[in-house]
Amino acid sequence: MAASAAQVQARVDLTEARIAALSAPSGEAGWAVEARREATARLRAAGLPTRRDEYWKYTDPATLTQAEATRASLFEASGEVPLYSGIDRLKIVFVDGVFDAAQSDDLTGEGLEVDRLSEALKKDIHWARDLYGVLETRGQDPVLRPLAALNTAFATDGVVIRATGKVSKPVSFVYLHQDESSDAILHHLVRVEPGAEVTVLENGPAAARFNKCMEIDVADGGAFHHVRAQGRDHERRAVTHMFARVGEGATYKSFSLTANGVLTRNEHVIEIAGDDAVAHVAGAAMGDGASGAFHHDDTVFITHDAQRCESRQVFKKVLRNGAEGVFQGKILVKPGAQKTDGYQISQALLLDEDSSFQAKPELEIYADDVQCSHGSTTGALDETALYYLRSRGVPRAEATDLLVLAFLAEAIEEIEDERLRGDIHTRLEQWLERRRQA
Amino acid sequence: MLEIKNLQVKLEEEDKQILKGVDLTVEAGKVHAIMGPNGSGKSTLSYVLSGRDGYEVTGGTATLDGDDLLDMEPEERAAAGLFLAFQYPVEIPGVGNMTFLRTALNAQRKARGEDEVSAGDFLKLVRAKAKELQIDADMLKRPVNVGFSGGEKKRNEILQMALLEPRMCILDETDSGLDVDAMKLVAEGVNALRSEGRGFLVITHYQRLLDHIKPDVVHIMADGRIIKSGGPELALEVEENGYADILGEVA
Ligand SMILES: Nc1ncnc2c1ncn2[C@@H]1O[C@H](COP(=O)(O)OP(=O)(O)O)[C@@H](O)[C@H]1O
Ligand SMILES: [Mg+2]
Repeated sequence: MAASAAQVQARVDLTEARIAALSAPSGEAGWAVEARREATARLRAAGLPTRRDEYWKYTDPATLTQAEATRASLFEASGEVPLYSGIDRLKIVFVDGVFDAAQSDDLTGEGLEVDRLSEALKKDIHWARDLYGVLETRGQDPVLRPLAALNTAFATDGVVIRATGKVSKPVSFVYLHQDESSDAILHHLVRVEPGAEVTVLENGPAAARFNKCMEIDVADGGAFHHVRAQGRDHERRAVTHMFARVGEGATYKSFSLTANGVLTRNEHVIEIAGDDAVAHVAGAAMGDGASGAFHHDDTVFITHDAQRCESRQVFKKVLRNGAEGVFQGKILVKPGAQKTDGYQISQALLLDEDSSFQAKPELEIYADDVQCSHGSTTGALDETALYYLRSRGVPRAEATDLLVLAFLAEAIEEIEDERLRGDIHTRLEQWLERRRQA
Repeated sequence: MLEIKNLQVKLEEEDKQILKGVDLTVEAGKVHAIMGPNGSGKSTLSYVLSGRDGYEVTGGTATLDGDDLLDMEPEERAAAGLFLAFQYPVEIPGVGNMTFLRTALNAQRKARGEDEVSAGDFLKLVRAKAKELQIDADMLKRPVNVGFSGGEKKRNEILQMALLEPRMCILDETDSGLDVDAMKLVAEGVNALRSEGRGFLVITHYQRLLDHIKPDVVHIMADGRIIKSGGPELALEVEENGYADILGEVA
């Protein structure tokens, strides 16, 4: 349906109002200034999204696109052991989207080059120049992602990482939220050199409104692992993009845990460019509409453009009290991408009738010798299992949580590292327990 | 201990009366058996006592040591000491058997105001009890009842009973689907739990289980009622002549 002139103008106004509230940092190198300028042009050409756009049919982007961030009160996680605290890692802390050197470790590590984005954009680092905004630009086709272009144009901070070997410690981004009206835009770059390996961790709510973009270039034989826990501030809003290019024999694996959040849209745009590569993305989301609204959207676009590659998408959501879940997952198999093995599953467990799940799984295949499957289910709690547990003395709430954890297990199992998997599992258990006691 | 008086039960969703006035008292230290043709309401009785949804009590009472069972949640009945070994144990994918057993034990202890069992003590306890029932480590690790054979499921029920040490045990056709060796194992497990303070209600279709678990009293259930009660010889009578004679006698 063609947009009316008024709708076109409204989109322009929306976009211009947002741009007017932003400014790119000054003093950057010529290439960076150019990259920003091009990103701004991409943003203007596309215009910010509205609910009318097909890609935003199930998620209203209004609070993500409006000029000012909506306030989000802070969450007190009293007496809780911070996530990953038992894990030896390179900690990089951002407070409301601003790098905090005092709370961060020195930006050095074995097999690793790390720099602040703001520094990198002033220098002439070849690999950074070849990556900044580049995968994001490629990711604009065939679906526009204006909020990612906005990120490239106006990101104020972030980190650039180059892994040159097997990095011993995970790089851990900790996103603290201390200002109720903060509006953060972060952009990270990760370049994994041939045969190198790095794990990137993320946790924390980051800001009242968070726009984060990560561009990841995994060269041949490299491996990128990502485990994220999005902060539990009930009122926070986030839109995140992970743009990845996966080379020959390379691995990309990402897992996200989301509990709480008024609005979360996590996009993965993965281009499998080399033969025999692997890309796995998984997510576990738990939402309770009773503690504010909860809306969680996983949008994944995986392109197979090489032979004998495997991709997996495993997304699980547990929703109650009016919580909303969305999954849009696409596997595109390009001509010639023979022997592709693509798997996709998205499942929601609705704990009541007020909650809802919308799924749009898509396969688009232009090669004949491929194996692709997808499935989506929406279900309620297994009443018989619940009764069985209760008949053994387990109270209803606890029995429900056991079944919730069991349901999410398949997604959590996707985390390869045992300690990280254990940490995420414990985090989930604690969250459920606290909720039970509340 | 368990006192059931004139218990009448219909299906919640349908106008179908299943129990039509059941009277039954199981004293502490005794083993009562219920036999009866398929469809007579034996499982329904066990479900109603343990608190399963889908049934409506239209009359009568059921108490455990004087406490109204029918007024309690299923977990409260369990904490009060009632246990049902299911005719069809339920599979729970994603929940490890060990996690399940420990959660159940600690939940009951908590409900009774007792301390939780430490992870180490629990492990020792489970291993000892599992060994007696020839349940291997693999079965303890797997998800609850998932991929278990019929016999393994039934042994897993008895393991739960042995761990939870309920005062009133109801066994619903625990012998069905078991070969002779497995049945002996299960019977030994049950006999090991027999004690002065504990009552048993053993529901079975066949006499053979009762060769191993000697009942004190045998009841015959038909069409939602206990139609005859007697000593162990009643079970033998059923074995020899089937239910037809008894049903005829009463009619
Ligand atoms: N949930 C149910 N829905 C429909 N019919 C049921 C249900 N539960 C029990 N019944 C019926 O009630 C009767 C008694 O069943 P049940 O208690 O399983 O008998 P038994 O265990 O003695 O074989 C049967 O006719 C059975 O079909
Ligand atoms: Mg039965």
